[in-house]
Amino acid sequence: MRPDALRAPGRGRRRAPPLVVIAAIVAMAFFVVPLLGLLQRAPWSNLWSDLTTPEARDALRLSLVCSLWATALATLFGVPLAWVLARVEFPGRSLVRALVLLPMVVPPVVGGVALLYAFGRSGLVGEQLYDWFGIQFTFSTSGAVLAETFVAMPFLVLTVEAGLRSMDTRYEDAAATLGASRWMTFRRVTLPFLMPSLVAGAALAWARALGEFGATITFAGNIQGRTQTTPLAVYLALESRPEGAIALSLVLLAVSIVVLVMLRDRWFPSVTLKRA
Amino acid sequence: MSLDAVLRSHVGPLDLDAEVSADVDEIVAILGPNGAGKTTILRLLAGLRAVDEGHVVLDGTSLDDAALGTFVVPERRPVGFVFQDYLLFPYLSALDNVAFGLRSRGARKREARTVAHDWLARVGLEDRADAKPAELSGGQAQRVALARALATEPRLLLLDEPLAALDASARGGMRRELRRHLATFGGVRLLVTHDPVDAATLADRVLVIEDGRVSHAGTFAEISAHPRSPYVADLVGLNLFRGRAHDATITLDRGGELAIADTTIRGEVYAVVSPRAVAVYTEEPHGSPRNRWPGTITDQDVVGDRVWVRVDGGVPLVAEVTQAAARELGLEPGRRVWSAIKATEIDVYEA
Repeated sequence: MRPDALRAPGRGRRRAPPLVVIAAIVAMAFFVVPLLGLLQRAPWSNLWSDLTTPEARDALRLSLVCSLWATALATLFGVPLAWVLARVEFPGRSLVRALVLLPMVVPPVVGGVALLYAFGRSGLVGEQLYDWFGIQFTFSTSGAVLAETFVAMPFLVLTVEAGLRSMDTRYEDAAATLGASRWMTFRRVTLPFLMPSLVAGAALAWARALGEFGATITFAGNIQGRTQTTPLAVYLALESRPEGAIALSLVLLAVSIVVLVMLRDRWFPSVTLKRA
Repeated sequence: MSLDAVLRSHVGPLDLDAEVSADVDEIVAILGPNGAGKTTILRLLAGLRAVDEGHVVLDGTSLDDAALGTFVVPERRPVGFVFQDYLLFPYLSALDNVAFGLRSRGARKREARTVAHDWLARVGLEDRADAKPAELSGGQAQRVALARALATEPRLLLLDEPLAALDASARGGMRRELRRHLATFGGVRLLVTHDPVDAATLADRVLVIEDGRVSHAGTFAEISAHPRSPYVADLVGLNLFRGRAHDATITLDRGGELAIADTTIRGEVYAVVSPRAVAVYTEEPHGSPRNRWPGTITDQDVVGDRVWVRVDGGVPLVAEVTQAAARELGLEPGRRVWSAIKATEIDVYEA
């Protein structure tokens, strides 16, 4: 046995090179300093009144409504899409998966422009939707919901797909031998097994929807009470009433932290993004 | 025949081509080494896979027929499946696991639970109805899995290594209990195992599967008396030879000759010799044994108060000697010895 094998654990461990440590500290500071900047300028004494101005209340309410709708839509359509991507072999599957990822990578403003020419009043589909059904997304809350769903759904699809891939499909076999139809198997076996991934995916999607800015302002516009969600209100208030912007920012920050803490156990150990 | 199946299927490296048939009143064990295709047979019968060629007919009803292109999906087959690691749904209680099949077949929650409760009582687990699978012992989980499979009243019951997941101390008791439950079930019972003890104690008839083919079929006693493959000879602890018989001699396929007592048998034969009938000498023996070869001990295993000695020489053999004899003769790997078999100790049968 080599002598260093006898050492107490920890003593023999290799240390990181100093340059790496310094760079890592810089990176950490890069994350922490903006938070401190926000916190030290926070108007703690006026926080409540800043958050209860009509603009702020509209923005917060709208953010909540739109992000919940977006999460619901992303779940309703994202879970089947994830199922197809994970379970059905078809030509061009990797292309579809790449397309699903696109909203995560493309600048949200570009996403907004793309939505405009698809679902806007003179868009590819939007024109018919307006002519036949009178549905108009631009300058309406539904447009904000659509924009948020567009950017949020990939998070849900990726997480749920990873969950499906790591699932032991023999449980579904077991259900089939017990007489469960495919729908019954999906509902009573696949979904329960998927629940942790589904919750994690929905939480991520919700957080992303809540923070959505670029696609919303480009596609839906910036109308108080209709499409002006909290991030839009923050950006607008920064010019006129910075303390109001900071107050709203704090709310978004707090929500993000809550989501992170919630997902700590479920999301981080499973490294779902890496797998996808 | 109540179950009549010809199963041909390619799954990965496995090329399965097996005929499986069984009567209502019998328990058939499918015995074989890992990767031989045992589980694939069950999956084909349950409809979790379709046969590439062949058919599955149960009680006169065709469930799968490659030639006709018919296939009954698993949820429509009257088949109960007990999986190797049970696959109880971890988020459901024992009771709801057993009720799952009834609910799937359209029973209302309340009546499904009532029937499920009866089944749990039958396997002696009515007091564990609310337990989640994680809270059950291996033996309890096995009984819940059995109750879950039986609750839908299948006509074909498939058990995949029903005792493999249990630790050795629990296995004996569970084996007896399983035999009791299997005896009360009225349909075709098929169980897959790699343990010859399961096959010997639970089944009326045994099919041995090797490399996707049925190598033996019959009662366990028949198969173990007349093995036709090294795998089965090894399982039952016999020396197996194959060769051509002529004039009370067998010319072995692997080289060498064996003198036998039977003067009438001719042609391709198998010959088996119990390790107990193989004698080991340190010097060339003189006397009645006509079969004797010099050789070298390659290794030895202590089995109880006996020692199994592997001798590699003219004809490779396993000999069983007492520990006392092994000590006295100084038997150890590398030692040069003579092995001998009396011709009358060799059992010869047609290949």
